Amino acid sequence: MNAFLATVRRDLLLALRRKSEVLTAVFFFVIVTSLFPLGIGPEPVLLKKIAPGILWVAALLATLLGLPRLFSADHVDGTLEQMALSPSPLGLLVAGKILAHWLLCGLPLVLLAPILGLQFDLDASTLGILTLALLLGTPLLSLIGAIGAALTLGVRGGGVLLALLVLPLYIPALIFGAGAVEAHSAGLGAGGHLSLLAAMLALAGFFAPWATTAALRIALE
Amino acid sequence: MTARKLLRAGFGHNWTMLNVSGLACSRGERRLFTDVGFSLDPGEWLHVQGENGAGKTSLMRLLVGLSPADAGEIRWRNEPTPSAEFRRDLIYLGHHAAVKEDLTPLENLLLAAALDGVGLDETKALAALVRLGLRGREDLPVRVLSAGQKRRVLLARLLTRPAVIWVLDEAFNALDVAAVRLLGDLIAEHLATGGMAVLTSHQPLPVPGGKALVL
Repeated sequence: MNAFLATVRRDLLLALRRKSEVLTAVFFFVIVTSLFPLGIGPEPVLLKKIAPGILWVAALLATLLGLPRLFSADHVDGTLEQMALSPSPLGLLVAGKILAHWLLCGLPLVLLAPILGLQFDLDASTLGILTLALLLGTPLLSLIGAIGAALTLGVRGGGVLLALLVLPLYIPALIFGAGAVEAHSAGLGAGGHLSLLAAMLALAGFFAPWATTAALRIALE
Repeated sequence: MTARKLLRAGFGHNWTMLNVSGLACSRGERRLFTDVGFSLDPGEWLHVQGENGAGKTSLMRLLVGLSPADAGEIRWRNEPTPSAEFRRDLIYLGHHAAVKEDLTPLENLLLAAALDGVGLDETKALAALVRLGLRGREDLPVRVLSAGQKRRVLLARLLTRPAVIWVLDEAFNALDVAAVRLLGDLIAEHLATGGMAVLTSHQPLPVPGGKALVL
């Protein structure tokens, strides 16, 4: 468990020394979600309708932006090799790296979503559901993305391949995440959607670190 | 903790600590080597020699368990590797720098130890860096250090992480004369406390004794 926390601390420290890499993804999210209200114009009904979809798609793409770096830097300088040979289980260290990725690329999006949602004229309870859906959904994006990042590690043009591999796997998260907000707006209640998101998160939390570890061992051969 | 303490479990048996037999490796269609075998006991070291491309690095990676062998068996404490016990007893330093450029040498050592689940306090880490001739460099980012100094940061792990077997691939590269002598001393000390080492190098090594394996 200490090794897990040490990995999180290490990746956060490294991100702190290279702030620009983290800020890129966050600013991408802010700018993309701001472009839509500006482009579509002041039509509150339309904006309200498209808001969940746009915020979710922007969150998917912003998460994707940080994924290629998840393992590549450690792979290039050989620290990933050291992790694979460490007495600590590689799965534990990988889980720590995924958590650090979410804290850097996912959590800021969750915290910004209520503010950015205001641009779409969403009311307070809808903003609450949107934030809650993102809170359950963004860790799921990091977990699934880590498998893709490990599979494309060291592949030339891996960034594009990673997007092609991972984006289709993000579809369930997108459907239920955006669906939760729409269901709430329609007065149906978001409970079912959120429960499904939480179930997917639990499943991915269990299997994704294991699958990522297996993919990393192949990439290191 | 010295290698001797880690070794205690291994005494009183009739098997050798490290036993490699019938190892074969190919890269694509090309056979690199077949039927490589050797064994090491506490206090012994192996010098792996061979031309460029003979498969020295491949042998090292097979040995530590980073890549699978085509054939053959590697046994550590009479158990097939890779085992959790082997990973606890092993330090592998390869061609890579394996240090984070944005962190300082001290942070690198402390975090590497934390990741390995090995306790390391700052005093001990600083002492290791001083021994490696990095006094006054412990708080600079590794990025500003020279290639040889980066190598020394990595080699400091030999002092901060207790292990029985050191697998060092071209560890003498980029080191100056004093550092080569120092690393020779470190290896000799390690062997004297019952440790083992497997080294590759093109130069004759300043460590007495040892077995040789030519690929």
